Amino acid sequence: MGFKPATICLQTERLNLLSHTVTSAVCRQTVLFLSSAVRMAGRGRGRGRGQLTFNIEAVGIGKGENLPPSTLQPTPLFPPMEHKPVPLQTGEEAEYMLALKQELRGAMKNLPFYIRPAAPKKDVERYSDKYQSTEPTDNTIEWDPDWKRLPRELRVRVRKPLKERALPAPKCAKKPRVDKEEIIRKLETLEKKEEELSSDEEEREKKQEEEEQEGEEEYDEEEFEEETDYIMSYFDNGEEFGGDSDDNMDEATY
Amino acid sequence: MTAQEVRLCGLLLQEHFGEVVEKVGTHLLRIGPLSLRAIAHETSTPLDLVKKSLCVLLQHSLCSFEGTQKGPRGVVEYRASCERILRMLRYPRYIYTAKTLYGDTGELIVEEVLQRGHMTMSHAVQTVADRLTHNMEEGSSMEYSEVVSAFSRLVETHLLQRCPSVTEGPLPVASSGGPAASATVPTLSECQTERFNLPPITLKGKGKRRLSNEDNEAEQARGKRARLDDANTKTSGDEGIYWQVNFERFHQYFRDQAIIGAVASKLDQTSSEIVRTMLRMSEVTTTPTAAYTQPLSVNEIFRALPPSYSISRPVLEQYLTLLVDDPMEFVSKTGDSGGGMYAVYVHKVLTSLARATLESVVQERFGSRSARIFRLLLRKRHLEQKQVEDFAMIPAKEAKEMLYMLLSENLVQLQEIPKTPDHAPSRTFYLYTVNPLSTARMLLQHCYKTVANLIVRRLNETKENKRLLEKSQRIEAILASLQASGAEAAQLTEVEEMITAPERQQLEALRHHVNKLDSSENQVDETIFLLESHISSTMASR
Repeated sequence: MGFKPATICLQTERLNLLSHTVTSAVCRQTVLFLSSAVRMAGRGRGRGRGQLTFNIEAVGIGKGENLPPSTLQPTPLFPPMEHKPVPLQTGEEAEYMLALKQELRGAMKNLPFYIRPAAPKKDVERYSDKYQSTEPTDNTIEWDPDWKRLPRELRVRVRKPLKERALPAPKCAKKPRVDKEEIIRKLETLEKKEEELSSDEEEREKKQEEEEQEGEEEYDEEEFEEETDYIMSYFDNGEEFGGDSDDNMDEATY
Repeated sequence: MTAQEVRLCGLLLQEHFGEVVEKVGTHLLRIGPLSLRAIAHETSTPLDLVKKSLCVLLQHSLCSFEGTQKGPRGVVEYRASCERILRMLRYPRYIYTAKTLYGDTGELIVEEVLQRGHMTMSHAVQTVADRLTHNMEEGSSMEYSEVVSAFSRLVETHLLQRCPSVTEGPLPVASSGGPAASATVPTLSECQTERFNLPPITLKGKGKRRLSNEDNEAEQARGKRARLDDANTKTSGDEGIYWQVNFERFHQYFRDQAIIGAVASKLDQTSSEIVRTMLRMSEVTTTPTAAYTQPLSVNEIFRALPPSYSISRPVLEQYLTLLVDDPMEFVSKTGDSGGGMYAVYVHKVLTSLARATLESVVQERFGSRSARIFRLLLRKRHLEQKQVEDFAMIPAKEAKEMLYMLLSENLVQLQEIPKTPDHAPSRTFYLYTVNPLSTARMLLQHCYKTVANLIVRRLNETKENKRLLEKSQRIEAILASLQASGAEAAQLTEVEEMITAPERQQLEALRHHVNKLDSSENQVDETIFLLESHISSTMASR
């Protein structure tokens, strides 16, 4: 006696594993399974059809009853619904909550908590990339959490709003007109260059970043200064250059 | 955490905080507690972005950290909280409730605290006052004191609570020798007695109105001064005391509303008022997961009834007797002292509500006759096939088909009772039964899947029409700037005509679809709340 009627009976209720659709196709599947069991049972013996290992009447299918034909394909993706769903609630409360939800969604996108992934690199590295600021996706955070409540390893620099950084920049543009100040500044930057090299190494060793905010500003500016020997304001993008060459096309022949 | 919950959490995180936070959050949910380096390595995200995402998650209490002893120096592990992330679906409901209870000021306070996770009282008051001033007419502004009083009212009814505060406690040092390491991991502890204590703050002033773009230079100069002022007023006495929304209290309120609504629809308005009074009196004395509220005597109820409902004492007693005798068992009599002690049977009401939800789901999906079979099985527990046909008065063939359909959807289960030890099918009883708790859980998972599908569909719709949406936004911006600079009607109509009529129709259809999807999310969330309350109440009573 090796048959297991329990498993076959229970498998009718596990048919939901096969599909989630709710049509009479499901009923057909119940019977499909049973009829395939019938066929498989018959295959081994070879004598007599419908020799199941359990009494089929127990499940409720009478003798000689017409079973619906078995389906040979998966059920459709959007089966037709016999019962249409009830319409949504309307009214002042529902509409107000709807408006609240949409406003909340919009507002969250503008808060500093919305973190955008790093912008993908453009196709060719442009020279002006060094001097024009791109989106700040580096290690800065745009809001000021209470660092005492967070583990120390999460600490990142707090980025100051752009307004404050823009203010000192035009101020510095006026200064280099005076020669003396220019030389003094050059000397200072050369001094700081040495300091920064050592401080760079220190920073990399420490996990925690403890720069003061003013030092950060000057550091960025000095870094810009460091890259070239030219003064920032004298830097010419070269964008206006192209307009001049339109008149003298003969020069280009070699 | 089931797969459906994780999927829904991922979508919610993506909508509110972006893809980076979503990646980190879903990874934490799937894998469990992880350290910072492990997260960065497994999600292949740069370390800085991971740090930022964790800061955001911690700010909103969606994640927690814990210092462990693994590794040579002890490692901090982060753990995301699935249940808390799913609460984000209910934010509009919280804000709307605050509005109905405490007006616009309360609404804005709750909205600000929800958007920022947690904030200090002074910061909240200032932001809300500024927002209210912005919406008021010219010349008037919102006093801070009014906002402070609204805030205090919210705290008194426990809708806002204090966040756990930092306590001093360095990690025990695991390495040998070496000086004691300073605390790299702060320990946050919740102080129960202080949870609702308002700090004494000195906040005087009014909301500042945001100036229009025309006064830019003046604003910059003033802005710098204002920033200095802010630095001075920042120390307004409540540093380090952060407030967050108390979701449990809001859920208790929703539960009470559901109970009162059920009583009102089953009996009448006066009975619902009586139950409302009883619930209000036991608000602060009952724990959220209690099965019964505190017993109340008739005298207390009589005294606490609202004056608009002046019913006499005998009438009140009659109503209470009616409530007790009702088969739904809303109220039960727990004693006779003080004229009779009555308590609201919260657990039973929640069960009845969940059951009604299940029945209506079956009815809407399979028809009223299948619903009849389902209700029958709920009432009679175990029935054979023949008995089902007889009791439900449905012909045998249709009853069979309906039962199989319910069986395949797992709403109904089959129970075997063997007569003989060898489980012969001809000598075994096969009984159909419904297990309400597991059916409720299954339906809850379906709800999560539904909401996730709705969100995905909405994102898909907006993505398909992205070009059109951007175009309409640009045109609106142009129109607004033209109107602000006083253009003539001809120019305005010219700009408006840049959107063609079929595009307008498409936009209108898109807006309609998105509204419908959003509205559906809100309403599925109501079902989620009912089912979750029922499940937690049942688990707590076991």
